[in-house]
Amino acid sequence: MEAIFDYRQLLLDGTLVTIRLAIVSAMLAVVLGLIGAWAKLSKSRAAQTAAGAYTTLIRGVPDLVLMLLIFYGGQTVLNNIGDTTGLWGYVEISQFTAGVGTIGFIFGAYYTETFRGAILAIPVGQIEAAKAYGMMPWQIFTRVIWPQMVRYALPGFTNNWLVQLKSTALVSVIGIQDLVYNAFGAGRSVRQLFTFMFAVLVIYLIMTAVSDAFLRWIDRKYSAGVREA
Amino acid sequence: MATDTQTPTETPIGDWLVLVSENYSPIDFMLIGDNLDRFMWGALVTLELTFLSLLLGGILCIPLALARAYRHPFWNAPVWCFTYFFRGTPLLVQTYLLYFGLGQFEVVRESFLWGPILSNAWWCALIAFTLNTAAYTTEFLRGAIVTTPFGEVEAAKASGMSAATMVRRIILPSAFRRALPAYSNEVIFMLHGSVIASTITLQDILGVGRWLNGRYYLAYEGFITAMVMYMILVFAISRGFKFWEKHWLGHLRPREEDSNTMVPEAATPDIR
Repeated sequence: MEAIFDYRQLLLDGTLVTIRLAIVSAMLAVVLGLIGAWAKLSKSRAAQTAAGAYTTLIRGVPDLVLMLLIFYGGQTVLNNIGDTTGLWGYVEISQFTAGVGTIGFIFGAYYTETFRGAILAIPVGQIEAAKAYGMMPWQIFTRVIWPQMVRYALPGFTNNWLVQLKSTALVSVIGIQDLVYNAFGAGRSVRQLFTFMFAVLVIYLIMTAVSDAFLRWIDRKYSAGVREA
Repeated sequence: MATDTQTPTETPIGDWLVLVSENYSPIDFMLIGDNLDRFMWGALVTLELTFLSLLLGGILCIPLALARAYRHPFWNAPVWCFTYFFRGTPLLVQTYLLYFGLGQFEVVRESFLWGPILSNAWWCALIAFTLNTAAYTTEFLRGAIVTTPFGEVEAAKASGMSAATMVRRIILPSAFRRALPAYSNEVIFMLHGSVIASTITLQDILGVGRWLNGRYYLAYEGFITAMVMYMILVFAISRGFKFWEKHWLGHLRPREEDSNTMVPEAATPDIR
């Protein structure tokens, strides 16, 4: 136990990296999810196909495989494209960017499904009424779709977020100095890996419990006005 | 690339593959071809770990789910702690805890289990995966048991069944059927989760891909092959479950074919 106290700064730094990574990748995933949901519900055949391929690919491939592929292969692809087109010079993807990019890309597919379901749950009559009032598509989105979409999407969002938070542990495999990576290094040097891995589990448990409680609170706020039996 | 010594060029397809690999494609197909047997062995490790842990976790979850569903005065709380702990933490860390952590204790290192099981990566992965899937399965089986229609239970009581007979003949078969769609997701999650085996030195599909990457310093060959193999497995499993659902949940389907009225596929993510 004293070992944990000695390494508290390292563990705290790692926890902050994990939280930052989870939040930034969640923002990316939400944006991708909104685009994906829009594409799946649009009338364009091409957009539907692209979004369908995206969600199918993610459902079929484990996250770590994609992460390693993007981390080791993504940079080469970017530089090859830059070389051929001459649009940009040599780029180097940092580990953090690769981690955020991969996790955001993977969870974008799950948010796509969540948001698609939430938009479909909004009664069509309301959107028709908004059109009849002469609202612009943007106004319809911000005034009619978004406030209700949040309500319908929150349970799915909570689930996605909890899973995403846990999946950030995988970035330690590509060398990001997150909670798992730091704790592993510290635990190995003092030969107390069980203690340190257990501490990591407890920290993750605290993070999932806190975000669960927070999202439940938001759910209650957005569900104000929903009739309950 | 590294394969020029052993390229089979008898067939036109072989010729074409060599030509493409050496001149045009960023991916060296011959390297993948040469290592295909490794990938097949890797697939065997992946399938072994996935299905053994699902089988053991599935057996383990039945008493746990019953204890949770009927709020057993003693076991309900410990089982809840178990499922909460395993569902709230990453599978990667759970696996690390077992494989790297247990050696910290003198007692474990001197026990008879250390040599054959607890110091072995395959067994540690199997135990971690089993406990993890048992935790998830317990919770949704509990949900399925709790939602058993009252009429079925009342009818069983009216027929004079004892509690054990009722659980065995009415409640569990009915709950299994209702849990089947969720279980197909669990199987795919577990297949996806099994890649964690590659982080503790095991040569599963991804393990072989990483080996190839480390040996030749090539990104695409190993990881894209692994990606394709996982996709094939996932689609095979989903098709199998579609068939099973048709078979076991046939009585719940509406008479005319309406694709939207089946139990919807849960859009839940698949990473632990």
